Amino acid sequence: MKLETRQVTKRYGDFLALDGTSFQTGTDSHVVALLGPSGGGKSTLLRVLGGLLLPESGEVVVNDQPLPNEPEKALKNLRKNGFVFQGYNLFPHLSALQNIVLPLCAVHGFSDADAKKRALELLRRLGLEEHFHKRPAELSGGQQQRAAIARALAPKPDLLLLDEPTSALDPVMTGEVLDVIRELAEGGQQIVLATHEISFARKVADWVVFLVKGRVEESCAAEQFFEQPTSAPAREYLAGLSRYR
Amino acid sequence: MNPPSSRRLFWSFALLAVVSLGMYVTFAAVHYTWNWSSIWGYRSQFIWGWFTTLGISLGAMVVSIIVGFALMIGRRSSCTPLHLLSTGIVEVLRGSPLLVQLLLGYYIVATALYVGDPLIVGTVLLGCFEGAYLAEIFRGAIESISASQREAARAVGFDSAQTYRFVIIPQAVRRALPGTTGQMVSLIKDSSLLSVIGIEELVQKVRIMNSSSYTALEGYLPLAVAYLVVTIPLSWYARKLERRFAYET
Repeated sequence: MKLETRQVTKRYGDFLALDGTSFQTGTDSHVVALLGPSGGGKSTLLRVLGGLLLPESGEVVVNDQPLPNEPEKALKNLRKNGFVFQGYNLFPHLSALQNIVLPLCAVHGFSDADAKKRALELLRRLGLEEHFHKRPAELSGGQQQRAAIARALAPKPDLLLLDEPTSALDPVMTGEVLDVIRELAEGGQQIVLATHEISFARKVADWVVFLVKGRVEESCAAEQFFEQPTSAPAREYLAGLSRYR
Repeated sequence: MNPPSSRRLFWSFALLAVVSLGMYVTFAAVHYTWNWSSIWGYRSQFIWGWFTTLGISLGAMVVSIIVGFALMIGRRSSCTPLHLLSTGIVEVLRGSPLLVQLLLGYYIVATALYVGDPLIVGTVLLGCFEGAYLAEIFRGAIESISASQREAARAVGFDSAQTYRFVIIPQAVRRALPGTTGQMVSLIKDSSLLSVIGIEELVQKVRIMNSSSYTALEGYLPLAVAYLVVTIPLSWYARKLERRFAYET
């Protein structure tokens, strides 16, 4: 995949989350990691790239196709993508299975039987087959996050966008979820990942976009970013994160 | 959360005994001579009144839910006149006494509209009054659904109608349930005010009964029981429903 933004701005009230953000990834990136300090705009950029948020100005280009700005077309476009958030984004009144089946039927036109088959196949793959009937509150944080990944994967999305998927998890559950993401990446799934897990990003990402205060400080191949970051903020950020690891 | 049932049973009986004793002592202290036989003859009147109250309450419940839903949508609307109108209606209905609404609504508004049947007018007026409270209960429930749920709904590709249908309403119903049931219990009791526009519901029947049998208070004890027979099962059923919807703990 190839991701690109041109002078994108997005504000929440007075807060400027993306401040004329521009970057471009390599043409054949598979896993793009969005890195940077908290509040730097990673989550917002991820949502803009996935079409979940529409920017106030600027252009977002995915695989050389500019993303539409009209609500109708934007919704259609975003249905091609799968999203996983930091936490608590499953529907609490539905079982793990229903969480996956409902969007397949209501949005993607699956028949009930096909949707169930697809959902069970994914739950099995992610090690949740015994828990399919449980509601989110009955699942551990790691299981919830794997169910959320299953839901995002169910319609075979072009892009899988993960927004700090392990930030709310303890180290053991973090491991479970990262294993799943790595397997997906190795299986060829195109992934955009906003994360603080630097060592994980280093293992799976092939492109890094580094954001500070809503601006892209660096956008380069992952290897280069981790070996020889060019900007001072990136060097500080990496040094700060590796101090205790 | 619940103590063992044997202990609950023990305490239920113990409290019942204490309360009964207290009531007996209180009633005995005033030396009122109860004359049950004279009102027994009016039992069919009483039962007729009870069914009238039930009928009005059921009708008004339906009206109140429709009115409550409509006012809630109006209150949440981004269309300014609609928002202001709904807010104004809610404030006036909640802020003024039901008695005034019934008298003005029946003798002025309904008369002007050539609607003469007090039963229909009373049911609609009661439904509107309670609907204003329901509107706020519904609104609170819907607005309590977190932004992350809305975002998750959009992320799986739901349009706004689907978001309401599959995500917000099912969760909001559960949160609105306790308040709504409480309001329904109030509605049943508030229906007693409909006597001011000449409807012979249960309370009015009991007043008639008391005066025509030359008794003062006999009718009021069965009256309380007749209300409790409806309101307690309603509360019980609501708790059962609530447990069925309890998935967040």
